Amino acid sequence: MVKYDQLIFEISKEGRKGYAFPGCKVDNVNLDEMIPSALRRGTEIILPEVSEPQLVRHYTQVSMKNFGVDTGFYPLGSCTMKYNPKINEDMASLPKFSALHPHQEERTVQGALELMHNLSGMLSEIGGMDAFSLQPAAGAQGELAGLMIIKAYHEKRGDFKRTKIIVPDSAHGTNPASAHIAGFDVVEIKSTKDGAIDIENLKAALNDEIAGLMLTNPSTLGLFEKNIVEIAKLVHEAGGQLYYDGANLNAIMGQTRPGDMGFDVVHYNLHKTFTTPHGGGGPGSGPVGVKKHLEPFLPKPVVTKVGDTFTLDNNRPDSIGRLKSFNGNFGILVRAYTYILTMGAEGLSRVSEMAVLNANYIQEKLKAHYTLPVDTICKHEFVLAGLKNELSTCSTLDVAKRLLDHGYHPPTIYFPLIVPNAIMIEPTETESLETLDAFIDVMIQISKEADENPELLKNAPTTTVIRRVDEVMAARSPILKWEKQ
Amino acid sequence: MKIVNGLYYTQDHEWVKLEGNAALVGITDFAAHALGSIVFVELPEVDAEIEAEENFGTIESVKAASDMLMPVTGKVIAVNEDLENDPSLVNSDPYENWICKIEIANKADLDELMNAEEYEAFCKEEA
Repeated sequence: MVKYDQLIFEISKEGRKGYAFPGCKVDNVNLDEMIPSALRRGTEIILPEVSEPQLVRHYTQVSMKNFGVDTGFYPLGSCTMKYNPKINEDMASLPKFSALHPHQEERTVQGALELMHNLSGMLSEIGGMDAFSLQPAAGAQGELAGLMIIKAYHEKRGDFKRTKIIVPDSAHGTNPASAHIAGFDVVEIKSTKDGAIDIENLKAALNDEIAGLMLTNPSTLGLFEKNIVEIAKLVHEAGGQLYYDGANLNAIMGQTRPGDMGFDVVHYNLHKTFTTPHGGGGPGSGPVGVKKHLEPFLPKPVVTKVGDTFTLDNNRPDSIGRLKSFNGNFGILVRAYTYILTMGAEGLSRVSEMAVLNANYIQEKLKAHYTLPVDTICKHEFVLAGLKNELSTCSTLDVAKRLLDHGYHPPTIYFPLIVPNAIMIEPTETESLETLDAFIDVMIQISKEADENPELLKNAPTTTVIRRVDEVMAARSPILKWEKQ
Repeated sequence: MKIVNGLYYTQDHEWVKLEGNAALVGITDFAAHALGSIVFVELPEVDAEIEAEENFGTIESVKAASDMLMPVTGKVIAVNEDLENDPSLVNSDPYENWICKIEIANKADLDELMNAEEYEAFCKEEA
């Protein structure tokens, strides 16, 4: 861990420059004549003044503070922080992709359009859907697109009373948020103890005002929703549509498909399941897929193949419209396409098998030391309910902070909300047995420290540049920008 | 976990305390503990008429943001403005630091809620 902790403004020295201009050879003009004062900045502009080597050192130091899958194990539950193969970068940086301009004529970008067309087809095959739009730039935008499609579908049928979306209480926070943004009211239903849909609660919530149900399978507890066929039947009988949040797709690729379970709309996170960059701005990509009856409502344009030519079809009168400038985050699509081709169908099935095996391995080894609320075989992730010792003075937060001292990114904590003191662990398939064992050893060691020397946890982290932050202050009075003293 | 006798409790971990014709509404110690350090309380507007089980505000902690649901239908007649400056008051004593004061539309609605004993049993089952 790099101890450097300065801001670029703190190393600034008045008058220091990293450039040298030649003498001015044009006449000075009066700025007032060029730009009216009302349009000009009234206050002094504050910029850091540093030399070139200072600048380079500063940002190099800062860049080394990043923690990512390239630097260490990152078992952040529900986020699928898997390794991103470097061949993805090689392909995305080929000038024939990277040097394209989005305004180029279609006949000059046939390869790019073909890639998008093929990728849509592959994503459809993986999910058992009929068509995909690659436009959404993130998972949440994929959700929004999917919900807008559901809304457009009901309204096209002349059914305007379906204003509500059902979301289970274990859902990702984005689900109710997206439903709200799409103009729906959210109906929350209580899950069973093991995080599954409570069929009776669902039945009670279904009526002719329900536009659809948002669900992830496996559930947020990492457990397969066994009643999915019945759930789909109930939702469809009530006239609703079934939405699949692809956050947990990594658990089921090549094993089962949301389309076969009865889902009408899905979104994937290419930055989770399909090894494109995650965090730090990604950028993300959240393609939205639909069954045939919803295809007319997909965002436009849609890449279509006419004879041997690929074209962007804008003639889609029922489309919900355009969601993103140009064609989504194209460079990310190239990376995901590369990944799918690299793995092949068998490889993707194996991905899910290994992701599930790795999660179960850690779960089994940790359940003697941490509370496992639902003790059963999990899918790609599992949720612990804090330390086994209920009398411990250490909290889940303390455990997470102590992990930092051992060089691990902590798992997701205090989510899902239905599990108290939750610690949500998702190792992914790309970790070696040695990495899993080392992490397990550290987790067990921390649980022992909690009993024998709780101060070690309460004072953690001690090895990081910034020690324990005051989360209340950070939430209540955050300092978001540097200001000159 | 602290549970106060004489209050009415909801399954969503709010409490109601009758004070003459009015009633104070707050969140329980169980809820405050589950939430952890509270950083923000969004209070309802005075004069707002809110149905039972409808959202009357949001409470945000370092862990999560949660809706608060109105235990019984009523009209908000006062809010605890101290919480705007110091939301951690809820953590220090959730029964003393009420969220809002309401005029209950129909006192018979209170019969739908749990008493202290029932609420204690409910919490045990939840945990």
